[in-house]
Amino acid sequence: MPEGRESVAQGVAGGTAGRGASGSTLLLRGLRKAFTDVQAVDGLDLEVARGECFGLLGPNGAGKTTTIEICEGLTAPDEGTVELLGLNWRTGANELRQRIGIQLQETQFPDKLTVEETLTLFRSFFRRGIPVEESIRTAQLEEKRHARVGGLSGGQKQRLAMACALVGDPELLFLDEPTTGLDPQARRHLWDLVDGLKQAGRTIILTTHYMEEAERLCDRVAIMDHGRVIALGTPQQLIATVGGEDIVEFAVSTGETGSQEAGHAVVDAAELTAIPSVQSHRVDDGLHQLSVSELHTAVPRIFAALRAQGLHLSEFRTHSATLEDVFVRLTGRNLRDE
Amino acid sequence: MNKLELSSLYQLTLVRFRLVLREPEAIFWIFIFPILLAVGLGIAFRNRPADVLQVGATNPQLTQALAADKGLTAATMDEAAGTHALATGGILLLAIQEPGGVAYKYDDTNPDARSARLLADQAIQAAAGRRDAVHAANRLVHETGSRYIDFVVPGLLGMNLMGSAMWGLGFSIVEARQKKLLKRMVASPMKRWQYLVSFLLSRLAMLVIEVAAFLGFARLAFGVPFRGSLAELGVLCVLTSLAFSALGLLVASRAKTMEAVSGLMNLVMLPMWILSGVFFSASRFPAVIQPVVRALPLTAAIDAMRGNMLQGMNAGQMMAQVGILLAWIVVPFTISLRIFRWR
Repeated sequence: MPEGRESVAQGVAGGTAGRGASGSTLLLRGLRKAFTDVQAVDGLDLEVARGECFGLLGPNGAGKTTTIEICEGLTAPDEGTVELLGLNWRTGANELRQRIGIQLQETQFPDKLTVEETLTLFRSFFRRGIPVEESIRTAQLEEKRHARVGGLSGGQKQRLAMACALVGDPELLFLDEPTTGLDPQARRHLWDLVDGLKQAGRTIILTTHYMEEAERLCDRVAIMDHGRVIALGTPQQLIATVGGEDIVEFAVSTGETGSQEAGHAVVDAAELTAIPSVQSHRVDDGLHQLSVSELHTAVPRIFAALRAQGLHLSEFRTHSATLEDVFVRLTGRNLRDE
Repeated sequence: MNKLELSSLYQLTLVRFRLVLREPEAIFWIFIFPILLAVGLGIAFRNRPADVLQVGATNPQLTQALAADKGLTAATMDEAAGTHALATGGILLLAIQEPGGVAYKYDDTNPDARSARLLADQAIQAAAGRRDAVHAANRLVHETGSRYIDFVVPGLLGMNLMGSAMWGLGFSIVEARQKKLLKRMVASPMKRWQYLVSFLLSRLAMLVIEVAAFLGFARLAFGVPFRGSLAELGVLCVLTSLAFSALGLLVASRAKTMEAVSGLMNLVMLPMWILSGVFFSASRFPAVIQPVVRALPLTAAIDAMRGNMLQGMNAGQMMAQVGILLAWIVVPFTISLRIFRWR
């Protein structure tokens, strides 16, 4: 883990409280970007404070990568303004590139270079930064220092990409889908790394389509869909908008026929939403979802209501509400409906 | 880390150098292949001692007379066997004893058979007592510099410089673009000109090894002459390599896939393999297309190298070729910088 720096204290002190035009590290206003066949970003406003870990969450094609690449100066927006660290890409591009760290979605570093050689190369681009040694340590690649990039696992390659983003000691770090395609263990490993960077006070902007990743890592999250922000807040605030802390999912059958036809049994939803602690009901392909505020009192009443309708449960489970449920409530689709 | 290690241009060049040296195929094509080609051509076109021609005769006296000439080997055979041997290429000429003298049976459209006719007649007349009216002596010339291997070595050198510069730049750049590495590099504070210059620097470093190995081999194995200034030859090699690097950069400046860039590269190089006089003189092409042939960078490079190595010409005598090479450096480089796709 990197040691605390001066910027750490400032970053933490700045916190999420002191936001505003001057205090924000990243400021996006009225951003639009169209490609030939799609409006990738459709009027986007965002503000990220110093020291914050900010997540852009959304399904593939929501415009996350286009947004982050506009922030990184790789894509020019059609409309709108981008301000980073008080600078913009038109007049301060060279300065900005020195002060931000970038991990792109699908960079393949040369297979025949070693980890250390790759990092030494990237370090040489920056006027100031951390020693290559330290970036290797931060990314926990000490044992792979002399290994060729071609022989690294997916997780190690992602950690190398992150180390390349860190060698310039950036004030602002962009991570575009840092864990996509990794196995669960490698993903948790990377999360620990990001945790360490957060604690060191770096401002981080990451995109992901894993809601658990956004919940675990981000101080604030913007949920994106079709190039717009459809919800913005801390994960807890967003989850609270679902209306209940828990989600009850069930499927029913009429009892006589097999459970195969369960989905077609008719449930009187009004009787369920009449239960005081049930906030909402939706049904998707035979699977009913209720958002519930007091699970312990709600569940017996749900059982009773279904029995009264002559229905038998073929499936029943509950889970704490997540950002996935927020997305489902807002769009009627699942995050990973692709 | 010292200052040099912190220099991004040094690091970029070092990386290019490492990547080439760690690619076994590249080593083969750049260093081994031209030497193998020179060896193969050297063997195939070596200057052999003048051929001994096979002839036949219908009686032993004629055979003996023919065998007296060092340029002929003769065998005795009857006319039927001799005719068969003529038809199958076993002999070039059959001398037939006839009542009034001797008859020669041969194919007058075959140059070797015509030589055999001259030699055979001379041998038979001499055996019968003819004396030369004028005394004649032979002074033989086997000069280095006029052999095929001398001609082809500068050609192969030019072809090799073209291939290594174009593949080296074109492939590496398109690969980096395809793997999104180029995009990652331009997102960093790397200076773009340094990225391109690093290719040229590593190319020039490689050039020293490549040219020294190939020409050293040609010198040691075949005694190929270096009649002009070695320094000027070095400058010609650098100009050639820069011209083809610029062309490689141009070819790679937009292509997004390896397939596209290979196609373009072959499209650019193929005409030069044929037209630029690598294996035979470019002056054999019709006068109409000569201006085009002369304007090709490979023709200019090979002409200048042959002028230097074989004729000992100095740079002042090759300004036309040098000018063509310079134009091929400036124009493609300027265009590619304008249209280069950085992502």
